[in-house]
Amino acid sequence: MADKVLDAKGLNCPLPILKAKKALKDVTEGGTLEILATDPGAVADFQAFCRTTGNELVEHSEEGGVYKFLIRKT
Amino acid sequence: MSEETGGNAIDPNTMSIIVTKGSLDWAYPPFILSTTAAAMGLDVTMFFTFYGLPLLLKKMDLKVTPLGNAAMKMPMMGGHMVMPNIVAAIPGVDAMASKMMKNLIKKNGVASIEELRDLAVEADVRMIGCQMTMDLFDYQKDEMIDGIEVGGAATYIEVATKSHINLFI
Repeated sequence: MADKVLDAKGLNCPLPILKAKKALKDVTEGGTLEILATDPGAVADFQAFCRTTGNELVEHSEEGGVYKFLIRKT
Repeated sequence: MSEETGGNAIDPNTMSIIVTKGSLDWAYPPFILSTTAAAMGLDVTMFFTFYGLPLLLKKMDLKVTPLGNAAMKMPMMGGHMVMPNIVAAIPGVDAMASKMMKNLIKKNGVASIEELRDLAVEADVRMIGCQMTMDLFDYQKDEMIDGIEVGGAATYIEVATKSHINLFI
């Protein structure tokens, strides 16, 4: 269970990233943020976001058109 | 990680953008990139000049025109439609095209420019309005949003010499 969940479904680039960045502020170091999104571009973007910011993309999956990302704040 | 330029190390996490276009469509790339870069930890500066300057006005009224824009293909009735210039030149067509674009933006969950600009301000993106453009087109600083700076080419160049990524849009 993630420490915080962000519903970014229906939002397009770059809003899921911008809202995730904001949501991460409420997560303590080592804590996790789960993001739900429907933007297919978010798959590549969250990987790039995590590589650049140093946060860990623990896992990502897709089910029924909804993408789920789990990010651990570092 | 850093590059040496004249003995000064450039922080890789820095970006500047010269914003020269202020139509509804062209306003997107600079604000999308600046907000995203800021979210990824970069220090971002935007320099608004010529037709980009009105993007700093408190009240924006952004429009798009299909006139002379052969690449603007609007989704319509299952296909894509390019408007002939002779139609695009008719009064009212720009307003209609702008409305269509705004509907598409909303329908697709794309942020409005106002929203992206607010997010840029919130993310401490540094915004500089071009003094010469303000003089040229008669804009006053009190018509612009709070927190912006006003400067000229030298102000931008100083920023650019310290930025790893420099874009012109």
